[in-house]
Amino acid sequence: MTRPPDEPAAGPAGAPAPAGHPAGRRTAPVRGAHFALRNRKLVGGLSVVLLLLLMGAAAPLLTGQPPNAEVGPPNQPPSARHWFGTTNFGQDVFAQFVYGLRSTFLVGALGGGIAALVGMAVGFVAGYRGGVVDEVLNMITNVVLVLPSLAVLLIAAAYLDDRGVAVQSFFIGLTSWPWAARAVRAQTLSLSSRDFVDLARLSGTRTAGVIVREIAPNMSSYLFMTFILLFGGAVLAAAGLDFVGFGPTDGVSLGLMMHNAVNWGALQLGMWWWFVPPGLGITAIVGAMYIMNVGLDEVFNPRLREM
Amino acid sequence: MWRYFGRKLLIYLFTLVAAVTVNWMIPRFMPGDPVQSRLARASLQSPEASAAMAEYYRGVFGLDVPVWQQYLNFWGSLLRGDLGTSMWLFPRPVTEILAGAVPYSLALLVPAILLSWYAGNKLGAAAARGRWLDNTVLPLGYLLTAMPYMWLALLLAWSLGIVAGLFPVAGAYGFGLQPSWSLAFAASLAAHWFLPFLSLFLVALGGWAIGMRNLIIYELESDYASYLQSLGAPRRLVRRYAFRNAMLPQITGLAVQLGTIVAGSLLTEIVFGYPGIGYLILQAIRNQDYFLLQGAFLFIVIGVLLANFVVDLVYVLVDPRVRVQMQGGAA
Repeated sequence: MTRPPDEPAAGPAGAPAPAGHPAGRRTAPVRGAHFALRNRKLVGGLSVVLLLLLMGAAAPLLTGQPPNAEVGPPNQPPSARHWFGTTNFGQDVFAQFVYGLRSTFLVGALGGGIAALVGMAVGFVAGYRGGVVDEVLNMITNVVLVLPSLAVLLIAAAYLDDRGVAVQSFFIGLTSWPWAARAVRAQTLSLSSRDFVDLARLSGTRTAGVIVREIAPNMSSYLFMTFILLFGGAVLAAAGLDFVGFGPTDGVSLGLMMHNAVNWGALQLGMWWWFVPPGLGITAIVGAMYIMNVGLDEVFNPRLREM
Repeated sequence: MWRYFGRKLLIYLFTLVAAVTVNWMIPRFMPGDPVQSRLARASLQSPEASAAMAEYYRGVFGLDVPVWQQYLNFWGSLLRGDLGTSMWLFPRPVTEILAGAVPYSLALLVPAILLSWYAGNKLGAAAARGRWLDNTVLPLGYLLTAMPYMWLALLLAWSLGIVAGLFPVAGAYGFGLQPSWSLAFAASLAAHWFLPFLSLFLVALGGWAIGMRNLIIYELESDYASYLQSLGAPRRLVRRYAFRNAMLPQITGLAVQLGTIVAGSLLTEIVFGYPGIGYLILQAIRNQDYFLLQGAFLFIVIGVLLANFVVDLVYVLVDPRVRVQMQGGAA
């Protein structure tokens, strides 16, 4: 269930010109930092993400109890003792939330990372080599693109006896790369006819060398933004999978919390504190990343800056 | 231009083959033995009973013939429309159960997809370059796209359904009713339909609005827009041209997003207990009904492929350049 809201290839406003400008390479990072710090979208989005990341990392410090332990009376609304209330089983919702943040970030980083790697590899090779290789890779990309990924994930998860975050990320990564591959391919195509790429090729650099040293660095900002979108997509995909009932068999996740809440009638019992925090956490992380991406776009692409 | 369709059809054919192959492979090549794990779950005491069950399952999966023959058999039964027998609703065939759920899923999906696409495009176009509207539509759009489908569904069910009591939140019609052509039944159907529809509509809306806004801004920067403006064309006219040009990528985007929206509808149906394919998937998982789950997977894939093909057709009809080529003119 990847949902690139403005897939960089489609939204022209989200397509930073990957201009290779060797001159001014030394001053670029400094100037970049200047614009980055002044960009409210970037700073705001990044702060939300970092805050939640910190909460997840410091989970054992924030809450004294393990996430699934029975710590109080069941079915309690939020109070000073239990900030987010308790579940039907007397588990502390806040403890589950902060521990759940961990698996959310992990799935995003791993799943998004795998998808980015596969997408980049396919996109670079298809765009740079062209010809038959391009045709074949393009066909594969289109096939995986059309396959509804949540359905594939459901089938795969159904036959796994113990599911962990890593396995989940692996499958999410393997199903969510196609649009990234397409976007990277398009950018590579436009770069691979430039003079400096021709020069590298003429001087005998191998394909891998040209891609890693000449093409990739010139679209690094684009690649980074693609990764952020894939991260958000992986988080949403994992949440959907958890919600259906294929969450991690041991441990907690935000999607699993919503699954349990619905399963045990939180809706009918009016226990809003059980299902509002996990969804809000996911929305905050993914939304902040999308906003951050818009900010990054403005930093990397001067034409988009609001002056 | 027939080459274009040929290419598309080839991709869809490959996708179907890939989906069926995945469907066939996963139970057979995943770590762990499906027969064993099923026996373990049945937790039988006597060895004779478990041996008999193992034999039964091996026959059901067709595991007693060579692998290549298993694959051909799988295709054979698939082409005959045989997806196996449900374990949850034994002994009803999977195809029949799924066919009964499809109308409910379509009733949610088709209006939600079309209306959110239309409304999102209009909203995004209006927001582009508009100071006040842009500052509300853009953050709201990002918020909506970042929401997990089931969470918005939960929020709506809780606020409008449970707290305000305006809408029912479970099933497709009242528990006391039987499907019939009566007014009372239709009203109940509509009341149960509204919230799942609304939540699907809202999540999808944000993405379309953002996409359209970006495209319009891009179009307004292009040469033809500046030219029109310098000629003194009214603002509305320029925007109308920009909108028509921005429609095409949005139609392509619709094809790309179909799988996501369908996945979202599965999650939404689960929240509302709406008896479509998504609800069946939940029941299949709860009841370890693997044939139903795999059948649902194939239904979804075929549905998405068909919808993609419809989008391709629409694209050809809408794009004047392609239309001219179709009629034999030189573009």
